Amino acid sequence: MDFTYTVLIPLIPLFMFLFLGLNYKRIKEPISGYLGTAGLLLTAMISFYTAFQYFFNYGKVDGVYQKIYAYNTVWINFTETLHIDMGILLDPISAVMLIVVPLISLMVHLYSIGYMHKEPGFTRFYAYLSLFTFSMLGLVLATNLFQTYIFWELVGVSSYLLIGYYFEKPSAILAAKKAFIVTRFADFGFLIGILIISYVAKTFDFKVLTNLDFINNLKMQAGIFMGLSVVTVALILIFIGGAGKSAMFPLHIWLPDAMEGPTPVSALIHAATMVVAGVFLVARLFPMFYFFDDGFALHIVAWVGAFTTLFAAIIAITQYDIKRVLAFSTMSQIGYMMLALGVSGYGGQEGLGFMAGMFHLFTHAMFKALLFLGAGAIIHAVHSNYMKDMGGLRKYLPITNITFLIAALAISGIPPFAGFFSKDDILAAAFEHNFPIFIIGYIVAGMTAFYMFRLYFRIFWWSNPKYKHKPHEAPATMTIALIILALMTVGSGFIPFSDFVSPDNTPFQSHIDWNLAGASIGIGLLGIITAWIFYKKEKDLSQRFRYAFGNVYKWTYNKFYIDEIYFFITKTIIFKYISAPFAWFDKQVVDGTMNGIGNGTVWISTKIKRLQSGKVQDYAMFFISGVLFIIMIIWLSVNY
Amino acid sequence: MNLSNMLLMRNELVLILVILILIIADIFVADKNKKAVNYIAVGLFAVHTLIGFIPLKEGALFGGMFVTNSLVWGFKNILNVGVLLIILLAVSWLNKNSLRNRKIGEFYILIFSSLLGMFYLISSRNFLMLYLSLELSTLPVTALAAYDIFNRKSSEAGIKLILSAALSSGIFLFGMSLLYATGGSLYFDALTGNIGHSYLSIAGLVMFFAGLAFKISLVPFHFWTADVYEGAPTPVSNYLSVISKSSAVFILMITLFVTLNELKDIWIPMLYGISILTMFIGNFFALRQQNLKRFLAFSSVAQAGFIMMGMLAADHLAASSVIYFLAIYIFSNIGAFGVVQAVSLASGKENISDYNGLYRTNPKISLILMISLFSLAGIPPIAGFFGKFFLYTAAAGKGYYLLVFIAVVNVTISLYYYLLVVRAAFLRRSENPIPYFKSDIFTKIGLIIVVIALFFLGLYSPFYDYIDSVTHILNI
Repeated sequence: MDFTYTVLIPLIPLFMFLFLGLNYKRIKEPISGYLGTAGLLLTAMISFYTAFQYFFNYGKVDGVYQKIYAYNTVWINFTETLHIDMGILLDPISAVMLIVVPLISLMVHLYSIGYMHKEPGFTRFYAYLSLFTFSMLGLVLATNLFQTYIFWELVGVSSYLLIGYYFEKPSAILAAKKAFIVTRFADFGFLIGILIISYVAKTFDFKVLTNLDFINNLKMQAGIFMGLSVVTVALILIFIGGAGKSAMFPLHIWLPDAMEGPTPVSALIHAATMVVAGVFLVARLFPMFYFFDDGFALHIVAWVGAFTTLFAAIIAITQYDIKRVLAFSTMSQIGYMMLALGVSGYGGQEGLGFMAGMFHLFTHAMFKALLFLGAGAIIHAVHSNYMKDMGGLRKYLPITNITFLIAALAISGIPPFAGFFSKDDILAAAFEHNFPIFIIGYIVAGMTAFYMFRLYFRIFWWSNPKYKHKPHEAPATMTIALIILALMTVGSGFIPFSDFVSPDNTPFQSHIDWNLAGASIGIGLLGIITAWIFYKKEKDLSQRFRYAFGNVYKWTYNKFYIDEIYFFITKTIIFKYISAPFAWFDKQVVDGTMNGIGNGTVWISTKIKRLQSGKVQDYAMFFISGVLFIIMIIWLSVNY
Repeated sequence: MNLSNMLLMRNELVLILVILILIIADIFVADKNKKAVNYIAVGLFAVHTLIGFIPLKEGALFGGMFVTNSLVWGFKNILNVGVLLIILLAVSWLNKNSLRNRKIGEFYILIFSSLLGMFYLISSRNFLMLYLSLELSTLPVTALAAYDIFNRKSSEAGIKLILSAALSSGIFLFGMSLLYATGGSLYFDALTGNIGHSYLSIAGLVMFFAGLAFKISLVPFHFWTADVYEGAPTPVSNYLSVISKSSAVFILMITLFVTLNELKDIWIPMLYGISILTMFIGNFFALRQQNLKRFLAFSSVAQAGFIMMGMLAADHLAASSVIYFLAIYIFSNIGAFGVVQAVSLASGKENISDYNGLYRTNPKISLILMISLFSLAGIPPIAGFFGKFFLYTAAAGKGYYLLVFIAVVNVTISLYYYLLVVRAAFLRRSENPIPYFKSDIFTKIGLIIVVIALFFLGLYSPFYDYIDSVTHILNI
């Protein structure tokens, strides 16, 4: 089958971006919304068709899913093997992403028609959404590391634009900048990793890089650096890039702030697509992670994931801004996916962790997008992000209530909702391979249920605050998106994922271990019941706990002061002790301001400074001393 | 030597012809029609640029003092395009103030003479030739820096530039004579392999290097940069920051890679240290600037540090990546300066805070500013990213991972301050933003070419392939 037509998948959103971006003054709301949604509908149809054809008709040869280059063009040639290509790669994980990305993006497009109603720059918003979708599709379909990197950056740029969309809000601008710079910083790890790979492996191509024979050869050839294969070092660097985008500790600080962006953007970027790019990247290079240095890099992935999942879950319990609760929950769930990849083996049943990680990515995209969009509907109704302004909403927002409940049950791991199946697979994989991580995962499962139902009961039950306006259900475009996602959340758990995704692309059988499943359902229910006791009706039980925990609570509420630590390092150390002296030097010495001259003569000094300053002499002095200094240094270090 | 050999200097001859025609035209055009000189100059130079693209024979002249080959020819074309863009952007500035109109011709004559110097500079294969052409390229620029005679800052810039330049050429000349003393010749070819390691040759190398480092604005020879860029008319700062800098880098590369190759063990560590210093100092100063021209001055200092990082790999890839980076850098910086100039012309404002809310009033020019700055910061898919990427590759290929890491840290710092400007223009609001203004057709054409080039040069890979193929001439 010729898959060349798949180039349309990224190109349609690109076209929509250019079209809407160039005509943003002419095309008015809601036409641009309809156009954007229609464009994305087309993309989604083609994507789903491609994924279907791949999985059921043409992808499998002799029982193994093939990596198919639907399209590939050499772009810059370095050597015979090392060249930068642009193309489209179809394999099980990119086909899965072909379902996730367009589906969630389509829902967000649809939903935003209602949510962004009467916002200034409505068309601009749709243009950015299309740009983001284009970048994300280019990223997941990339045939090689370099293409991945380019789209990776494009994703960063477009999310910068989307987070900073409300540019009247200073906090939104700060958040956008923070997200951009933090992830950029991590990306440099990625870039250096790519450089090292290109030198050691002499190729960027995924098909070659994940080939087992090639990996075995490379193991022999690659040099050693600090006791590790150079490739492992490169993989760790690449993982730093992934950790930045996926908000893994300690590079997570941008994600909670990024909630300043419009809520549909959070649903798209911070729940389902961009933040899982790191997971996708590790999955993409999985054979390399697994085989070099006995999976040393993979262990790092597992532990970073495990730590983040616990860390974020603890913080999520204490937050009051509903979007921030969801942000920390996202971090925690991505940590879950990472740890699943981290504990995975290779081949047959061993690949359960890999499969479970991707499965969780898939189901999480559905229910987390649903939660975010639900949160959007709530915020739309009460005009606030804070729990204190909510309560008893189940009477006013029936559809949102039901869909939110379904998503909350799914994330808590209650059958038959999607999250149960994927979470259970993750726990099973961890149980097999790494018991301490399993314990962490198990505890987090309970905490997740607790904070999610704390959120749910607090919003939809509790007691009514005095609403100024009676909250009303969201318009149809928004509720339709909620209902579709809710259906997906109910249904997607039943997909036999191991028939499609595995580390070696060979389907295997997986089954539910009911002992383990029972235990995980148990702890989920425990979390839900605890939340029910605390939050079903308004009472001060939670307050009393808060006081009892005192400082522990305060630390947690303040996200363990990680932001403050960064702030201290950048503001105090870099600015005060490094940059400020430079600025002083610039001002006092280089700029030659006549220091020490009394206030009365400053005026004269500024007048004459321009005409006859001592500056040029200073420059000459610097110049000559520079030359002499360099000569001296070299003379001293050579020996003739 | 017969006359047809002189055609090897076709670029130079055509340019001299252009200058002569301009001198005559300047006399004949009546004072009240002085603006016409602009069109004559731009038209003539455009023709010159086009002629430049006609392929040229390879060969040497004047007993090997002057050579031309596809590498030199290609680089001259890049310079031509750069200068064409700069004068396109300069037209509206020249037209603005009628008091200055009387000297319009002078501006072009000086800038073309300096370019002529650059041409000889990059073609020279003899130190004497190199020195003379360096002077020819510098002196007209000092006059240009002081061109705006009604502006004290401009005069100050001129004085500062000429004093600093005189000092640097003195030291350069001294270094050259030391190299002559150790190698016994002024010809590059004859010197190659004959210099030897001695205290004398090292002193010669460093002094020679300092003379060119002055033009490239490497730390600690960069002090003039900020003052001169700030004071000089913007087109002149633009010229200094791209054309002057890149031709100096080019000839530095030729001399280091070929003639002084045997002193590699000396100049590689030297460049290593200077590269780090230059990146950090340029960046830290840029961080605190309010005036955009000063800001761009320090940013161009930092960029020079990156170039040195690629250079010290000292192989074929290094040569290709440096030239590729220069070509892209020329466009990025011209774009940034072009926008600053257009804004300053329309509103007289040059500070970053004045740019608050620019996007709301002037969306197109803000976009161009953003693209240029993103290119300087190295954000894909804009060309600047690829330029930087190849520099990293060159340095990493020789195992200078630490340096690459330091460069990466610096790129992050630079991203921060480039974003400050972008943020001001796009995200900040202002009570009284710079009002909407219209630029003249020349500015528009110039900036459009810049934007197209910034996307095209990065994404169109045959461009890199071409550079890669011509750098084989260097035989390294």
